[in-house]
Order: sequence, then structure tokens, then C-alpha cells
Amino acid sequence: MALLVIEDLYVNYGHIAALKGINLQVAEGEIVTLLGANGAGKSTTLRAISSLIKPKQGRIIFRGQDLQRVPAHDIVRIGIAHAPEGRRVFATLSVAENLLLGGYWRRRDRRGIQETLSKVYEFFPRLAERRHQLAGTLSGGEQQMLAIGRALMADPKLLMLDEPSLGLAPLLVQNIFRVIREINQLGVTVLLVEQNVRAALRLADRGSVLETGRVVLSGTAKELAQDERVRKSYLGEQ
Amino acid sequence: MQEFLQQLVNGLTMGSVYALVALGYTMVYGILKLINFAHGELFMLGGFFGLTWLTASAFSGLLKSPLLGLLVLFLLVMAMVAVIGVLLDRVAYKPLRRSPRLTAVVSALGASIFLQNAVMLVFGSGYLVFPDVARDIYWMVGGVKITLMRVIIFLVAVCFMVGLYLLVQKTQLGAAMRAASLDHDTSRLMGIDVDKIIMLVFVIGPALGAAAGLMVGLYYRQINFAMGWTYGIRAFTAAIMGGIGNIPGAMIGGLLLGIIETLGAGYISATWKDAISFAILIFILIWRPTGLLGERVADKV
Repeated sequence: MALLVIEDLYVNYGHIAALKGINLQVAEGEIVTLLGANGAGKSTTLRAISSLIKPKQGRIIFRGQDLQRVPAHDIVRIGIAHAPEGRRVFATLSVAENLLLGGYWRRRDRRGIQETLSKVYEFFPRLAERRHQLAGTLSGGEQQMLAIGRALMADPKLLMLDEPSLGLAPLLVQNIFRVIREINQLGVTVLLVEQNVRAALRLADRGSVLETGRVVLSGTAKELAQDERVRKSYLGEQ
Repeated sequence: MQEFLQQLVNGLTMGSVYALVALGYTMVYGILKLINFAHGELFMLGGFFGLTWLTASAFSGLLKSPLLGLLVLFLLVMAMVAVIGVLLDRVAYKPLRRSPRLTAVVSALGASIFLQNAVMLVFGSGYLVFPDVARDIYWMVGGVKITLMRVIIFLVAVCFMVGLYLLVQKTQLGAAMRAASLDHDTSRLMGIDVDKIIMLVFVIGPALGAAAGLMVGLYYRQINFAMGWTYGIRAFTAAIMGGIGNIPGAMIGGLLLGIIETLGAGYISATWKDAISFAILIFILIWRPTGLLGERVADKV
């Protein structure tokens, strides 16, 4: 059964249509990637799932529950964690404080929090080394680790990552994608927004390509990687 | 030396009052990036509600044990003004959350004028006199006169400030408050109910302001509907001096301004005390444009 179903989703920013009827399904345990150029509507889709913006039309259903009436601060409670575009770590809070806020919704479950925290520190030993440092003083790659780690602290069923590779050195990208795979193998479903199409298709099970607010292509990662249009427009092949 | 110490004691009293009021300005600015111009009026309401309770017959029994009476009085007044603070946000600011910032500032000015005039209509435009509560109790310490009321004001203010500091810096709720003041949307992704945090700020800030208003009434024994402006502008100055949005900054700014003001009045000229305070504010802002503790974290990209 599908974990997340998006049906005919329309989102407007003022009078500008950002999403014009998106359909998408994510099954439990999958890694699904959303591809496309800047402004195609990838981040908007994630923001709509997180209830940060209200759709004009259409439905988002997570584990059978319509998210329309769920306020943004309750989304994480029902199992969706969102590492937003541009990392958005809390710069004047320490690394440890950032991580603990990731688990804010289950702050009374102290043991669970501690367990997840040590798991996150295992995934990202750098964060453990810098736990007392202010998040704003971390390098870009470390901030990305923190953003992912913070989302993991929520113990989500669905992890949404918005361009985790943006601005990172190739080696770091590999590292982060390896961790995403490991997280997925622990049973966390992943919805990955990426502009690094090659790396994303290597990691994902399935993908959809967005163009100006519409899904223009969907399929398994293999199909997409062999698709003529994807190869030309996104992989830069002749 | 004696003279200096006496001025210092006076300055600390005044400074504690400024610091408590400054916290309200800085906390609201921190989370909404809004200067709550009606905050001075909430401070003023603390004085008026305090006087009303003190003169109510029901209270005279309690004052036979003055410390308990004062405690109850403070809690009652703070609770009442906190309710008004939350209402103020609901009526004047919340409907404007998505409007340009200037709109909310105009609304704040309107709320300030409304509250001043409402109090003037109910209580009149003259000065009202507080009953004498423990004013004659004092100690002489090395030639410095320390009244009980000064000690109470200073201790109560310090307790509030330490309590607030611990809440904000050491608890998960405090971390959520700091996060919400940095980034509303990302805080929501963490499961933080930002609207609740804003409400909490409109409970704590006005309650502290009300306590300060009550202190001024108890100490100077006279209050007036316009006192919110005179104290508000100084407390606001203190918040800027410490770095607006920064909670320890408001505390330090308040105490510093109180001391500068009394020393300036004592050693230079009482009529020049405001000029001296603002001159020092200007120098601090030239030296550190973000205030004494204003944050300057470089965001690496």
C-alpha cells in the first residue's frame, strides 16, 4: 500500500501557479526522487506535504490520513520529517540543541531521544565532535549533515530531503548519499528532491520529473536513466 | 565614595525596573520583529491594577502580613496584565501577521493610545497616590541608606531575570523559543507550535512589565496614565543598548541605563540625565551597531 499519495495537487503563490495538478505515489520502504530544474515545483511539493503552504486544490494522503486539516507543527508527529531547502539550521543554537529540537515532538521520550541521538552521531561523527559548537559556525557540508540528522531525530516514517547535495564537494555528496541509503535500509521511506540527477537516479528506486508545475515523466530509476529526454536535458548527454 | 555607593544603589533599583520592562520589548521583537509600542502601557496597567487591589478592602487583611500580601499582589497583577497582553496580541497584532511590518507598528501605536486613554477615562488624568507600604523600613550600611522597598525591587527583579534566563537557555521549551525567533517555518517542521510560543511571549513580557509598573507605584507612590511613555522609552532604549532581541542584553542594558542615569543626575546635572543617557546610547551604537550583546553570527553558505 502506498505510504503517501498525492492527487491532483494545485498550489498557487499569489496569482502564480506553482503546481498544476501533481500526482505522485510513494510506497513504504522506497526511495523516490523528484527531479527537475529550478522553479519546477519540487520544493513547493515538499512544502505542501509539510502543510507549510495550503494547496488550492487536490489531496495529500499519508497513511490513509488526509493532511489538509493537519497544521504544520503536527506533520512531524504523524511521521513526516522534512530537511528543508538551504539546510535552515538554527544558527545561534548549538549542534546538540539543533538535534534535540528535531526530536522536540517526542521530547518526553528521553530514552528514545538518546538512542536516536547516538545513532545520528554514528552516521555523522563530525556532528558528535562539534556538538557544543554553534550551528552557524559549521561548514556547508556539516550543516547539511546537521539538517539531515535533525530530521532523523524525529524518528520519521517518511524522510523528505530537499537538495541535500547542493553546494557540496563531490566526495561529501557521495558520503551523504551513502548515509541516505543506510537510513533507507533501516526502514525509513525517503522522498528526495535533487538537481544532481545522476547521483539521485543511482540511489532511488523510482522518480518523477517535474517541469513548470507538472509531472512530465515517471518511472523506475533505471527507466529514467535510459530515457532520451532525461539523458539530454538532465544528464547532459548528446 | 559614600555618595557614589548611594547613587549606585539607587541606579540598580531604577535599572531593575528598566530591565524588566526592556525584556518585554526584546522578547516580542525577537519573535515577531515588531516593536510593541503598547508595552509601556502594559507596564502602566501594572501600577493601576496594583493600586486598585491595594485600596480594595478585601486586601487590607492580607497586608497585615506584608510579605505574603505583596506576593499575592504581584501574582494577581501580573496575571491580569498577562491576560491583557494576550488579548492585545489577538486583537491588534495577530490579524496582521502576514501584513507588512509597518502595518503592525501602526497598530501597536494605536493600541498604545487606546490603552492610555482607556485608563485616563477610568482613573482620571491626575496623579494617583499609592498607600505607604513599608517605605520607612531601611538599613544604614556604611552610611548608605538601603530601604526595604529597594531591596524587594532588586531581589524580585533578579529572581525574575534568573528564572527567565534559565527557562530560555536551559530548557527544551527555551530552545524552542529561541528557534522560533530565528525561523518560524523551520520551527514548525520540528513540531514547535509557533503560535503557542508567541502567546507565551505575550504572557511573560507583559507579566514582567506589570511587575515593574507595580514596583514603581510601590516605590515612588504615585502613578499616572502617561507613565507608560516615560518609562517605556527608557526601557526601549535599554533593550537597544543591550541588543534588541537578545534577552541577557535587555537585562544588562536595563541595569546599565539605570546606573548611568542616576550617576549622570547625581554628578553632572539632573536636568541633563536624559541627554547623558542618550549620548551614551549613541556612543554604544557607534561602537557596536547591534548593541552590546547583539548577535553577529556569520552564516556560512
